[in-house]
Amino acid sequence: MSETKNVLVAEDVVVKFVGDSGDGMQLTGTLFSDTVAYDHNDLTTFPDYPAEIRAPQNTIAGVSGFQVHFGSKKILTFGDLCQTLVAMNPASLKANLKWAEKGAYIIVDADLFTDAYNEKAGYKTNPLTDGSLSEYKLAAVPMISLTKEAVKHLEMDNKSVIKSKNMFSLGICLYLYSKTLDHAIKHIDSKFAKKPQLAELNKTVLKAGYEYAEKSPIFDTIFQVNAADVEKGNYRNIHGNQATAWGLIAAAEKAKLQLFLGSYPITPATEILMELAKHKSLGVKVIQYEDEIAGICGAIGASFAGSLACTTTSGPGLSLKSEAMGLAVITELPLVIVNVQRGGPSTGLPTKSEQSDLMQALFGRNGEAPMVVISSSSPVDCFYKAFFAAKIALEHMVPVILLTEGALGFGSELFRIPKMSELPEINPPMATPNDPDFKPYRRDPETLVRQWATPGTEGLRHRIGGLEKEDIIGNVSTDPLNHEKMTYYRAEKVARVVKKIPDQELYGDATGDLLIVSWGSTQGSVYSAVRKLREDGYKVSQAHFSYLNPLPKNTEEVLSGFKHICVCELNSGQLVNWLKMNFNKHDYSQYNKVQGLPFLKSELLAHFTNLLKK
Amino acid sequence: MAENINLTVDRSNVELTKADFVSDQMVKWCPGCGAHAILAAVANVFPKIGYRKENFMMVSGIGCSSRFPYYVNTYGFHSIHGRANPIATGMKVANPHLSVWVATGDGDSMAIGGNHFIHVIRRNVDINIMLFNNQIYGLTKGQYSPTTPMGMVTKTSPQGTIEHPFTAGELVLGAQGSFFARVVDTDVKMMTEVMFEAARHDGTSVVEIMQNCIIFNDKTHALITAKETKDEYQLKLRNGEPMIFGANRDKGIRLNGTQLEVVTIGQNGITENDLLVHDQYQQDPGIHLMLAKMAPPKYPMAMGVIRSANYPTYDDMVEMQIDYAKANSKIKCMDDLLNSGEVFAI
Ligand code: SF4
Repeated sequence: MSETKNVLVAEDVVVKFVGDSGDGMQLTGTLFSDTVAYDHNDLTTFPDYPAEIRAPQNTIAGVSGFQVHFGSKKILTFGDLCQTLVAMNPASLKANLKWAEKGAYIIVDADLFTDAYNEKAGYKTNPLTDGSLSEYKLAAVPMISLTKEAVKHLEMDNKSVIKSKNMFSLGICLYLYSKTLDHAIKHIDSKFAKKPQLAELNKTVLKAGYEYAEKSPIFDTIFQVNAADVEKGNYRNIHGNQATAWGLIAAAEKAKLQLFLGSYPITPATEILMELAKHKSLGVKVIQYEDEIAGICGAIGASFAGSLACTTTSGPGLSLKSEAMGLAVITELPLVIVNVQRGGPSTGLPTKSEQSDLMQALFGRNGEAPMVVISSSSPVDCFYKAFFAAKIALEHMVPVILLTEGALGFGSELFRIPKMSELPEINPPMATPNDPDFKPYRRDPETLVRQWATPGTEGLRHRIGGLEKEDIIGNVSTDPLNHEKMTYYRAEKVARVVKKIPDQELYGDATGDLLIVSWGSTQGSVYSAVRKLREDGYKVSQAHFSYLNPLPKNTEEVLSGFKHICVCELNSGQLVNWLKMNFNKHDYSQYNKVQGLPFLKSELLAHFTNLLKK
Repeated sequence: MAENINLTVDRSNVELTKADFVSDQMVKWCPGCGAHAILAAVANVFPKIGYRKENFMMVSGIGCSSRFPYYVNTYGFHSIHGRANPIATGMKVANPHLSVWVATGDGDSMAIGGNHFIHVIRRNVDINIMLFNNQIYGLTKGQYSPTTPMGMVTKTSPQGTIEHPFTAGELVLGAQGSFFARVVDTDVKMMTEVMFEAARHDGTSVVEIMQNCIIFNDKTHALITAKETKDEYQLKLRNGEPMIFGANRDKGIRLNGTQLEVVTIGQNGITENDLLVHDQYQQDPGIHLMLAKMAPPKYPMAMGVIRSANYPTYDDMVEMQIDYAKANSKIKCMDDLLNSGEVFAI
């Protein structure tokens, strides 16, 4: 390392790689994030794909990005503003400059800032020379030329050479954050094991980028991010959708059941379907059905037949599944419905995240059809909440909705790999063959749970279905009092799940001026803002809800400790109304954002500070 | 009779009788409804199939037909409108040891559940679909269905329907169906035989039952059921036998160019040798499709097993892929999966 450089020790930093879809930014970002993970930093990543599969080249619509937030402390968010922005073409710079902090390094491929490309991106003048970037540390690197120069001796074709320029930018960033090239080199070697020429090319370009940054006077300040103080163990990087899939497989293994998924591709939930389809060696059965309705119906059939049955979808798909969810409620069969929320209504914003399906999850069915609703708050949490959703479904013979979000599904996080033996047992209420007392709707007096008698079991033939059934016996019944009783049982059965739900936790003191309530993906940003205010001496706490129905049994007690409650959500106010319905004597306000974007710490801080001053 | 039955489904080690499948529920179809006869046929055939009685699974959607699960003593699931087929698919794939039967109707499977109907057939899941075709909505009291003849006056078509009806067989074969049979509710003997063949077939079997709705669409199938006309309008297919019909058994079907033709044996030099011989097992569905489309008054209606071709079933292929993956993958349990790929110690 050159001695003329300032080395700045940073607690956490955000690096964002953006470029044209064809520029390999996802790979560059992944290699960078894997390197920091190997270096024991905690991290999250967030990819930002264009909505179109093949958007026109060098246009804003075709910009693809990958953001890495890493540090020596626990990383809880995907990061607001970045300290380094790598922009491979004018369009990607134009689209992303607003996410760069003032003073951030802006590293661009200067070779592509031609008049034609600048114009295509909507620049009237060249941003590299017109002074518009004066508040940033601009590194205008002629990346294509330097890449060509570095590999001249390899005599490779022009196309491959130009394609490898993303390795140049990776080399620069690894230098800039005091990381070694080891992991990237290892990856290149294994990726191109059968094409040594390409391996050589990519490694050469990577090293050239690193050496360029070392020598270049622009990079006068480099960063050092020390190892995070995380729990010892084996780690991997995991995406939320992958984590959801794995949580379900883990639950099936614990319950000693086969996992069945009935599903239909829909953004941003498809990765769960694709992930589960990969794991046939674990006995996972996946049917990609003809539509969303068939997906859930197949799962209901498989559930009756004795599988841990699941269906995965996003908002519009959840709408299509509504009638069948009612069927699962009335037949009292275990079922996990995963809804990876996206912006709505209708097709809405398929690739953007929102928390706007809470009311639908709670109420979106005909008749009174209460369901257990659980949410996850980070990519890793998707694993644990999917597991828990399955445990509740199986042990309580109820359908459970797991609400995740597009941002959680696509985002990744460092995952301390658990041992299966550390996870709780799952014990479904299987009926005993030839039990003379078996009745389809006889209930456990404590939990109101009925028994699971699967087809094939000797001596327990019975019929279930969508028509109201007579208490205990299970025959079709239109008796008015029976219907009222069964309606009560179905609601009370869901309510009694509360005994298995952990008490609501609080970050901060149990009493104070202000309680911030959050749920889902906003946990980290709200926490960061609340922590800052607490450091400044404010009497503010955070209650982050994961269990939305039933709500934890100490909820009233938690809410009672505060003069005012502000509920923050990425919708126009859903949890706030659910809380008002259930606990109406408190003073509530709400803070919302419906832009398909996460909360920024800065905007939360500003709002909370205002509230505290009132 | 039970030798050729699918070996995946567990066999009963005791002889079963009708009594084993009698349910304690009161049958609530209208007196005189054709569904009663279908129930009788099922009660005949289930004990003969030889499976353990607990392995029968009866699934239905919504409609008069879909009350069926309550009236047989098996595991049963009376689901929601149109969705019996995907539910049955999930059951069979989840547990291939079940003999899964679907009771459905023309509205349930060809209107609201039309998409599922063609896809279950396309996948060739090993389930048995009994399609009650009464050409009307009975349970909602008399609206036209996708099989109601064009022009018929119903409660929602006061001037007559202006819709072209589906022919179930055409839809089944168009969806690459491996088994299609047609029976009429007045012939319990034939229903029993055909349902047994359906059970024996590996793959999706569709048995279309021309069912009379005595209340809202009485005598809709009169030409093929009335004493005076039925012999003239029913062609009872038997595999390997020439296609002969008529009260005097003097009429037959031959292929003339690219079309089927009704001919009279003994006229214009026609002999039995000129007639088509039924081959229900042939892979090419061309003749089967023509047979399925034949309709009175120009033609007799083809009854019995029209097609029963052998193709791999979806559920068998699911099991094969899983067996292959289990034998060849390094990932044998969840701990293996959690620790696979890029893992590092901190
Ligand atoms: S309405 Fe028609 S189909 Fe329904 S039970 Fe009565 S006769 Fe049978």
